[in-house]
Formats: sequence, structure tokens, C-alpha cells
Amino acid sequence: MSENVYIIGAGIHPFGRTEERSGREQGVYAVREALKDAGLEWADMECAYGGSAAAGSADIMVNELGLTSLPFTNVANGCATGGSALAAAQQAIASGMYDLALAVGFDKHPRGAFNAKPADYGLPDWYGQTGMMLTTQFFALKIQRYMQLHGISRTTLGRVAEKAFRNGAKTPHAWRRSEIDLETIMNAPMINDPLTKFMFCSPSEGGVALILASEKKAKELGALQNRGGVKIAKIAVKTRPPDSFEVFQPGVSVKEGGKPTVLASKAAFEGAGIGPEDVEVAQLQDTESGAEIMHMAENGFCKDGEQEEWLANGWSALGGKLPINTDGGCLACGEPIGASGLRQVYENVEQLRGRAGDRQVAGRDGKGPKLGYSHVYGAPGLSAVAILER
Amino acid sequence: MGEKIDPNLWSDDPEPHLMGGKLPSGEVVFPMPAGDAAKNVEPYRLSRRGKLWSWTSQGFLPKEPYEGPGSGPDEGPPDFKPFLLGYVELPGEVIVESRIVDAGLDDLELGMEMEFTIVPFNDTYDTYAFRPVANVQEKAA
Repeated sequence: MSENVYIIGAGIHPFGRTEERSGREQGVYAVREALKDAGLEWADMECAYGGSAAAGSADIMVNELGLTSLPFTNVANGCATGGSALAAAQQAIASGMYDLALAVGFDKHPRGAFNAKPADYGLPDWYGQTGMMLTTQFFALKIQRYMQLHGISRTTLGRVAEKAFRNGAKTPHAWRRSEIDLETIMNAPMINDPLTKFMFCSPSEGGVALILASEKKAKELGALQNRGGVKIAKIAVKTRPPDSFEVFQPGVSVKEGGKPTVLASKAAFEGAGIGPEDVEVAQLQDTESGAEIMHMAENGFCKDGEQEEWLANGWSALGGKLPINTDGGCLACGEPIGASGLRQVYENVEQLRGRAGDRQVAGRDGKGPKLGYSHVYGAPGLSAVAILER
Repeated sequence: MGEKIDPNLWSDDPEPHLMGGKLPSGEVVFPMPAGDAAKNVEPYRLSRRGKLWSWTSQGFLPKEPYEGPGSGPDEGPPDFKPFLLGYVELPGEVIVESRIVDAGLDDLELGMEMEFTIVPFNDTYDTYAFRPVANVQEKAA
């Protein structure tokens, strides 16, 4: 059996740096906000799925929220932790086992780039010792080739970052809340060519919680009135297929393989019974400017190379034909790994409910978007897509 | 010549080759797998020539386990030397990630011919790299 599943509560702890709160406390804050939003108590929750990469086990949250004995599963799926927690919570309800579920993610990272250990990824030590095991390099190598093959200019990379900071300035939960002009972005120190400092997101802190309900329960709670709830039309999570090009690969196949994002996107669109042209607001993984550009095509919103025209014409800006990363994305919000994928869904929930304030997307009927799309990509090569519908 | 950063990474010929592995399916992988994963995988000497598939620069000092210049306890960003790296496609074999030497960013072009070489990595160790073939010819001239 498969029940319709709704998101009836959404809470966020502002992203950025909050010295006085641990990562888990930021997660607890987000859960309390989500409960308040849904008009529910912690004791009402029937199951929970959550995770963080660097701020401890999510299930320890029960010490602060209450020892209600609910089943609480820790999720660890790299940058796609949030998307995976949401998928698990959705399945728990769709299966008919539960009527209310929590998906939560939080994190708190040390400053600077992530430093991974080769052995944790089944790689030899020399790969890290010689300085070739950095996530930032993978993103630069992927966009460099893409730019050469599809005629993407460096200015287009800059425009993605400029848009992110412009949107972030309008978003209460964003970390970077000041606009940065294109010239400053283009002239900033080079991190990994062609990507400058302002084209990369930074590890940060934050927490997001979403409360999911079965259709029956949502109606019983009156949660679907006044746009209080949005339906999860489809969630799809896919890991990498053979011969793909992912983070941390000393050797890549000469055969051109598939991409986890393309697979997850296709599965999500098919499951939801819609196409890219129906989406009115999208949040795409933008670890750096190039990722947003490539993910626009990998998720089916444009053809390879068309991004040049999209960015020049502002089609993905607020007010454009498909606003992308309306809250500033990872570039303006930073990336607390466990929370990041859920922030994207949170943003779509707010947009679909018409509660997005200065960054509200009008949608085709002027009453806010009807369909929202979120995509998260994580190491070592998996993608999660969630399509929401009001 | 320093010590090899990994004894199995390249061959000890006068003209050394990077060592990959050939799977029973015929597919060539890099690096040669170790431990149980090496079962039924034949060590395979990779081509010394290939084409540039992508590239980037490393502009900041990587955290550990990086052991190059700048990484020591009394060192830091001023001791770090930015470097180039990329992927080189060895036709019909595998695309390998490598340091790129004897070139600046502006010299690099998609598909340009690259050749294998060994370079010092720090005071103790050597590692492998690829360099544009055009530069090799210039030097010989």
C-alpha cells in the first residue's frame, strides 16, 4: 500500500555560525519550531530519521526532546543525509506503519575545507598525501571540462554566485546576507581554477526539521487548510551507476557512464507524473557555482550549454521563468552536511505555502508555485530528489 | 631521486610506467587494487602518453593527510606552493588523476598531448605527474 504523505510542519535554525549552540542543540531548536508550526507535541511523534556528519548522533536528541521511546534511526549519507532522512520518513508513512514522522538534520563543522581520510574511502594513502583528495578539486575538474565542452564562460560562474548572494540577502535563515557584486566575485582569490573564493560554499552550521503526516492524519489535524501542508509528490534517491565520474576517484573509466542525479531526477519526474517544464521553483545542489550550472542540465531543466543564456537573461533569478536556489542555496547558506538537503525542502515548503517573504516566487497563477523541486548531491556519489506539490 | 611515495605506484623501468590493473572483464583500472580487491586483477603497465581530460589548480594549503610543502608542524601557507593537477585520458585504458608540471594554467587545453614523468614531491618522496608533450619537445630542442 502507498499512502499520500504530507509535510505539515517545518522548522529551521538559522544557518551560519552560532557559537553558543552545539550542532545538536540547533537540531533540537529546529524540531521545536517544526512542532510549533504543526501544532503538535514531541510526544505525538511516532518515528524519527535524522543525521549529522560532524555533530554527533541524531538520536541523542531525545535526551532534550523527551524520552518517549519512539524509534529514532540515525542516517548518514554524506551531503545527501537530509534527502535520505526525508525519504526514510516518507516511506515509513507511505508503508502504512505510521501516521506521523520526523525528518531532521543538523551539523556544525570546523572552519575550512573538509579533510577526508583516504582509508575511509578505500583509497591508498598517497592519494591524500600528494594533495589530490579534496572535494573542491573534484568540483573544479568537473566544471572545467564541462565549460570547455559546452561553451560556458567564467562570467556565468560569477553570475550564479551573484544571484545566490542577492537571494540570500532576502532570506532570514541564510548565513551570508549581503549582496556581492559580479566584479568582486570574479576578482576574488582563486581556490581551484576556474572557481574563486565566492563561488564555493563553506562548511557551516544549522538545523532543519520537517514533520510528515499521512493524508488521513493531516486531514484529522486540519493541517491541509490554509496551505498548512504540502504533498510529497515523489522522492527518489540513487547512488552512482557504473563508469560515472564522482568525488575521490584517482581513476575514471574511459567509457562515459551515467550520473546519479540524472537517474534520481528521471525517477522523481516519472513517479510524480510531471516534467521539468511543470516545476515553478527549484533548489539544486550548489556546492559551488559550477554545480548549479551542471545540475540545471542533469535535472532536465535545460540542455547542456543553455545555462549561458539562462544566467545572462536572469531566467533562474527571482522573477525569472524558473527561480533556482531562492534562499541563496549552499553558496549563501553554507553547508552543514546533515541539514543541507532538508533546508532545500524547507525552502520549497515555505514557497509553496506562500510564506517566503521578500523572496516569494509568484508562480504561474500569481498565488505562489504549485510544484517545487529539490535536489541534493553527496559524496561518494549519490543524489536525492524531492518533488513537492500543493 | 627521492623515495617513491608508494612502492607499487609506478614501475622501475628506465622509462617508468604508472601501474594500473586489468580486471577479468578486460577493463583497466587505476590504481592497481590492493588486498582482497586485487584478486584476479593483473598488474597492468599504463601508457606513458595520454590526452588532457580536465585540469585545475590547487590554490590553498590542503589539510592533513597532505604532506607536501607547507604541511609540517612549523610550516603553513607561506611555505605552500600552489600546484596544478588534472585528469589525463590514456586512450582505451583509463583516465588517471595526476599532478601537472612544466605548464601554467594558460598553457592547458582540452585534449592536448601529455607525457608521464616522475617529480619530487617533498624532501623525502617523489610522486608521478604528467606534462605537456610540447614542452618536452621544446626542452629537447
